[in-house]
Amino acid sequence: MSNVIAERTRAVVPVTVAAGPKRKGGWIPTLGLLAGALYTLFPVLWVLIASTKSIDQLFSTFTLLPGSGLLTNLHQLSAYRGGEFWEWMVNSALYAGVGGALSALLSGVTGYALAKYRFAGRGAIFNILLAGVLMPPVVLAVPQYLLFAKAGLADSYWSVLLPSVISPYGIYLARIYAAGAIPDDVLEAGRMDGASEWRLFRSVALPMMAPGLVTVFLFQFVAIWNNFLLPFVMLGDDHKFPVTVGLYTLLLQGANAPALYTLVITGALLSVLPLIALFLSLQRFWRLDLLSGAVKS
Amino acid sequence: MAARRVRSAPYLFIAPAVIAFTLLLAVPIGYAVYLSFREVHITGLGLGPGARSERWAGLANYTSALGDHELLAGAGRVLVYGGLLVPVMLGLALLFALLLDADRTRLRAFSRIAIFLPYAIPGVVATLLWGFLYLPTTSPGYYVLHQLGMSGPQLLQGNGMYVALANIAIWGGTGFNMIVIYTSLRSIPAELYEAARLDGASELQIALRIKIPMVLPSLVLTFFFSLIATLQVFAEPMNLKPLTNGISSTWSPLMKVYRDAFTRGDIYSASATSVVIAFVTLAVSFGFLKLAGRRAYGEDNS
Repeated sequence: MSNVIAERTRAVVPVTVAAGPKRKGGWIPTLGLLAGALYTLFPVLWVLIASTKSIDQLFSTFTLLPGSGLLTNLHQLSAYRGGEFWEWMVNSALYAGVGGALSALLSGVTGYALAKYRFAGRGAIFNILLAGVLMPPVVLAVPQYLLFAKAGLADSYWSVLLPSVISPYGIYLARIYAAGAIPDDVLEAGRMDGASEWRLFRSVALPMMAPGLVTVFLFQFVAIWNNFLLPFVMLGDDHKFPVTVGLYTLLLQGANAPALYTLVITGALLSVLPLIALFLSLQRFWRLDLLSGAVKS
Repeated sequence: MAARRVRSAPYLFIAPAVIAFTLLLAVPIGYAVYLSFREVHITGLGLGPGARSERWAGLANYTSALGDHELLAGAGRVLVYGGLLVPVMLGLALLFALLLDADRTRLRAFSRIAIFLPYAIPGVVATLLWGFLYLPTTSPGYYVLHQLGMSGPQLLQGNGMYVALANIAIWGGTGFNMIVIYTSLRSIPAELYEAARLDGASELQIALRIKIPMVLPSLVLTFFFSLIATLQVFAEPMNLKPLTNGISSTWSPLMKVYRDAFTRGDIYSASATSVVIAFVTLAVSFGFLKLAGRRAYGEDNS
């Protein structure tokens, strides 16, 4: 049987026979997906190559031909205004790391309460929290800025960190995850043993929710790292900029001084490397199935 | 005693989120609404202390916002942009999800990661990368066309701009939506396909008649998120702006809010415009959810 299939496959696509004892025709979907992968990887490939070019090579040589200026570019970028680029990277890591962790914890405790307790106002509170998703960030950012300015907190680390902590989306995910991952009888058994509600949450529920909270953390981390608008509105001091706003200001100056373009390109490459590394290494923690509600309790 | 503890516990657990929500979302929204009914009153030449004071404006900010041609034109541009972006992005996401799910596909893990990868790349950086790829001097596409003696289309001017901006969002968003649809495809019981195959259905028929109807709820979900994201487009046009003069500072309604509030310092009319945008977003969202029906959603919300 498998010989027959292999023979037939060989007749059509000889190259793929070794790949597995599958039926013929798999190359159509495979090629379709590879075309998609080519599309998504192309700009990444371009920036990898472009960052190796000196400013003269950038505008004169064929764009996919590697240049010889990578080290110079890295050096110039690091030296730009006394190492400002690295300050931006550290700031991004700080905003995304601390903000993501706080947000995951807040989402966890809120989602847990909404999933595991029945109390008056539960549905209403959940719906109001969720409606926060619909608020356009700019609509929020303008009054948030004005209020932070009144409180003397505009242009501070807090002005970017605090608004990142509340995530309606994270609460939604945590609630779904808690409902599915924590059996009621485990909580009941804990209550019988006289554990306090807080202890139940900390020692029983939190460990069980850990995989879901890692997902929330990753989502928030990426969302905060990639956020442009909030820090753009809140911050005036370039030493507090995250890398997204920093690159924007570089690009803005590049419009008058094209020599800065190589710095922008090298900076763009460096700014996505941590995210790509995080993304590839923690891939299995991205519980995207939570999103589509595919996990049924 | 224990029962009372259980009763008060959930309120203590949700208290931090409720406080944070109130201070960081509800109060700012209320403040924006308040500001939208205020205006600056200038006495004399507007010099000296006390010459500028805030006063009640009634609906003046709203009438000027709704009658503003730039705002309406911006809304029109966002409609064209969204009309291009959402169908193409979700069509591609559905196509790739079905291809991933087809049982003879190879290199599945690689393709899935590669197509999802742009999700991890900031919109600012994505705009920057594509911006350089659109510039004739740094784009390999133009180079190849030039060698062939042709000139490429101008993507950073006129109507090309819609394609240029939509492409950035398609590039960034297709993978995410693909994964959402794909996970939903994976949860369809395999027996359904077996039954269809026994009846002689082709893979294409299975995809069209079984798979797509079964993942309709996640298509609704992805459509909904894409719609909201489209209405809020800001970072991409803002970051493409330095590379072209084809984008004005009021290209999208949110860019106009930003300009009014921070470049012109007119927080009152900016607030009125934001309230209008928020209202439209809410109306579209609720209208859509009603239209999509409770079948797809109701179960999660009880």
